[in-house]
Amino acid sequence: MSGLAPAGDTLRAAALAAAATVPDPEIPSLSIADLGVLRDARLAEDGAVEVDITPTYSGCPAMAMIAFEVEAALLRAGLPRPRVRTVLAPAWTTDWMTGEAREKLRQAGIAPPPPGAGRAALLGLAPDPACPRCASADTERLSEFGTTACKSLWRCRACREPFDHFKCI
Amino acid sequence: MTTITLAEPPRVLHALRLADTTLVLGHRLSEWTGQAPMLEEELALANMGLDLIGQARALYTHAAALDGQGRTEDDLAYFRDAPQYRNLLLAEQPNGDFAQTMLRQFLYAAFALPFWNAMAASADAVLAAIAAKAEKEMAYHQRHSAAWVVRLGDGTAESHARLRAALDALWPFTGEMFEVDEAERGLIAQGIAIDPAALRPAWEASIARVFAEATLPLPAAGRWMQSGGHHGRHGEHLGHLLAVMQSLPRAYPDARW
Repeated sequence: MSGLAPAGDTLRAAALAAAATVPDPEIPSLSIADLGVLRDARLAEDGAVEVDITPTYSGCPAMAMIAFEVEAALLRAGLPRPRVRTVLAPAWTTDWMTGEAREKLRQAGIAPPPPGAGRAALLGLAPDPACPRCASADTERLSEFGTTACKSLWRCRACREPFDHFKCI
Repeated sequence: MTTITLAEPPRVLHALRLADTTLVLGHRLSEWTGQAPMLEEELALANMGLDLIGQARALYTHAAALDGQGRTEDDLAYFRDAPQYRNLLLAEQPNGDFAQTMLRQFLYAAFALPFWNAMAASADAVLAAIAAKAEKEMAYHQRHSAAWVVRLGDGTAESHARLRAALDALWPFTGEMFEVDEAERGLIAQGIAIDPAALRPAWEASIARVFAEATLPLPAAGRWMQSGGHHGRHGEHLGHLLAVMQSLPRAYPDARW
């Protein structure tokens, strides 16, 4: 028995590592792995290296760009015949965002979603986000919809700065 | 040339009805782009339109797969005429003023939220996956549009009067959401579709709660309702909408996204 991992496992790891370097086109400080948009990879039966991505929102216009960038990243990593598959199930949730991703969002001036808000957020019961600039909890929502489909628009009453909040879904 | 028969198999018909409603309503919202009363609402209307068009793309792709004749989402969206569209009549109603657009969005979202919640348990795994995403999106549409219905209804005499006029115009199109025909009855029995009539109490409760806060009178039960969108019988508005929406791919049939 060889101690080497099967070729499929090695390719999968290489594909995931390459795809994980792709930044989100709208929030470039985060990678698609940080966001939980990158789901899986495998060696397909036809020999293609297949990477699964999932949209944050159904109409996310960044998906075509992300798919293109993933293919390019795999080719640069020396993986021939990359293929990107968009999967809808299980539905993306902000709970998949890593702690590191939340901190990167905050540093980019975007209030991160609280972890584990789950269905409470859908019912409008999520707590108000703290200001990503001055950390004040005294904030107010301006609109359920912000600069992209995944964000809402807020204002800090303490430092008066408007800011985006990554919505919980 | 793509031709699509009028008698689609039930599963294709069902997926097309859902796809057409989301696309037509999404397109209506996109008509506000550049014209919204303020920047925040410009963003909100565009984002809601984007959610609906995203849902439509997934639904058309599924309808094309079920249809199995090699058609694409674009063939279904751009190369069918008004009598082949299966959308709810509510979705095609003109934007009117901001009050009419927000009320139309609220009447639909208050239905779509429990609808997609129930569809997430569909025996059709693709529809269930689309539903799980759509439900989350519609929760935001419902909250946003309900907030505007309250603000306009309980606002000035002018905003209240405009919302009342919008209610008179739109209410007759709400009954169609709860209709079921033979094609769908079979799918309900198989667990693929859900019975929309079962959603009526939840919808009526949402409407009653928001209208009360908006000081808007609740229309009497049992009023006459418009019907026909699910069977391709539309008002004059849909043809105009499609003429604009479909003009580019019909002029340049090889155009791709």
